[in-house]
Amino acid sequence: MIGFWTLFKKEILRFWKVLLQTVAAPILTAFLYLLIFAHVLAAHVQVYPGVGYTAFLMPGLVMMSVLQNTFANASSSLIQSKITGNIVFVLLPPLSYLEFFMAYVLAALVRGLVIGVGVLMVGLLFVDLHLRHPLWILMFGVGAGVVFSCIGMMAGIWAEKFDHLAGVQNFFIMPLTFLSGVFYSIHSLPDFWQGMSRFNPVFYMIDGFRYGFFGVADVDPRLSLAVVVPTALVASLLTLWMLRAGYKLRH
Amino acid sequence: MTCAVRIRGLEKRFPRVQALRGVDLDIEQGEFFALLGPNGAGKTTLISILAGLTRATAGTAEVMGHDVVRHYRQARRNLGVVPQELVFDPFFTVRESLEFQAGYFGLKRDDAWIDELLSHLALLDKADTNTRRLSGGMKRRVLVAQALVHRPPVIVLDEPTAGVDVELRQSLWAFIHQLNARGHTILLTTHYLEEAETLCQRVAMLKEGHIVALDSTANLLQSGAERHLELVLDGELPDFLQARLRGREAGRYLLALPDYAELEGILAGLRQAGVGVRDLTVGKPDLESVFLKVMREAAP
Ligand SMILES: Nc1ncnc2c1ncn2[C@@H]1O[C@H](COP(=O)(O)OP(=O)(O)OP(=O)(O)O)[C@@H](O)[C@H]1O
Ligand SMILES: [Mg+2]
Repeated sequence: MIGFWTLFKKEILRFWKVLLQTVAAPILTAFLYLLIFAHVLAAHVQVYPGVGYTAFLMPGLVMMSVLQNTFANASSSLIQSKITGNIVFVLLPPLSYLEFFMAYVLAALVRGLVIGVGVLMVGLLFVDLHLRHPLWILMFGVGAGVVFSCIGMMAGIWAEKFDHLAGVQNFFIMPLTFLSGVFYSIHSLPDFWQGMSRFNPVFYMIDGFRYGFFGVADVDPRLSLAVVVPTALVASLLTLWMLRAGYKLRH
Repeated sequence: MTCAVRIRGLEKRFPRVQALRGVDLDIEQGEFFALLGPNGAGKTTLISILAGLTRATAGTAEVMGHDVVRHYRQARRNLGVVPQELVFDPFFTVRESLEFQAGYFGLKRDDAWIDELLSHLALLDKADTNTRRLSGGMKRRVLVAQALVHRPPVIVLDEPTAGVDVELRQSLWAFIHQLNARGHTILLTTHYLEEAETLCQRVAMLKEGHIVALDSTANLLQSGAERHLELVLDGELPDFLQARLRGREAGRYLLALPDYAELEGILAGLRQAGVGVRDLTVGKPDLESVFLKVMREAAP
């Protein structure tokens, strides 16, 4: 247990020591999105009855920040350690692969959730937002965070240079999040894209998360949960399997 | 008694090279052991397998009786490794790095031991400095401290003195010697062969993934190279010494001297021939000459 706690603490300190880049910057980014999109679209878009566009946008932005930053934390920590070689410090000790996994995933999750809460607080200065079902908000926040922490770990283990990570970020993470309904309801999309969105697990993360705020969503939140929980399980098992096999970490 | 390190039939094949080709090696507890070999011989690969950083293609390795794959937790608890590469975590100070390392091994905070390590390695005044801001030699010493923080019975040092200045090198060896005296087993690699010669009781020489020599340092020195005599003379080398001549450079004659006792006769002969001796050195065989000889003669 001490091994796990130490690694967890180290991972937390790693981003805490550069809070400006790792926490403040993403909150500012989300704030800029909010400012621009809300300004441009607020007057034209009404998604759910009684929910203004700015309010509609908020949960999506929070979730997007959680996803991108859990991914960023896990992946950048691993790739930095691999490239600088200091990964040996955690490979030499008798840490089990489960301890290793838990420490990286939880630290990434902490960073994601801290940023999520930060984005939410900033948003609350501008829009009136009710948290109808806080438990659903928490479940989707954590579930989605775990998925992207795991993807971040897998990408960090697999990547051999920063370019590889940027590739994953640009060709996988960004499209998945942007095409998931952060900025719109999928009901506003043509039929084909509506159908496609239903194959995107991120859509369910955001939709279920949004349900927690408004009590309405594009699909039944139980369906969303039934997608997010197994996705988190599969992502965790895949990551554990990679760690156990020593893939790319132990030659 | 269980061996500190026990290696059997160890092979490692990388995509393009075979780094180890069937290595067998036993290191007893309490030994001070050197693993020598030219660049690329497979020393680091062997150490990486012991440490669990690399998986062997074939064969087994044990640390204090624990298989490094099947019982990796016990094996790693018993092993402290100073890696060859100068690595550090730029986010943290020296003390933080050591505290984390102890924690990864499941140990509770032990400031007294960390302070003792820092003081032995002349790092006390750098304890709260970010590791990024240390010189190369200081970083190397932090790595040594990190390897020792969990008090492992077996300590492996992969070129621990590369880049460390003379004075600190000596204090580092004194410290490691002290650890050895307290019962720690030491396995080291180095390209400074005189270090290995003075410190190590036993030596293995590795060439292209094979062990080509394995013996006590004393035996290797005795069997390896012949003792020689270097002379600077007033005149030409007399005939009776021609058979011993092994080389000549800048007026110095290099003569074979298998036995000290023959020195007497040589000097007497020179006096008789009327040739004065200006300078005389008796060269003892050193590990370096033995090493070169072994590497030259060993079948590839
Ligand atoms: N990760 C790797 N992938 C491919 N080949 C490798 C890898 N690591 C080592 N090798 C190869 O294995 C051989 C042995 O390398 P190793 O690092 O064990 O040598 P060494 O004896 O430690 O040398 P040095 O004295 O230079 O440190 C070399 O030919 C090297 O190129
Ligand atoms: Mg090496």
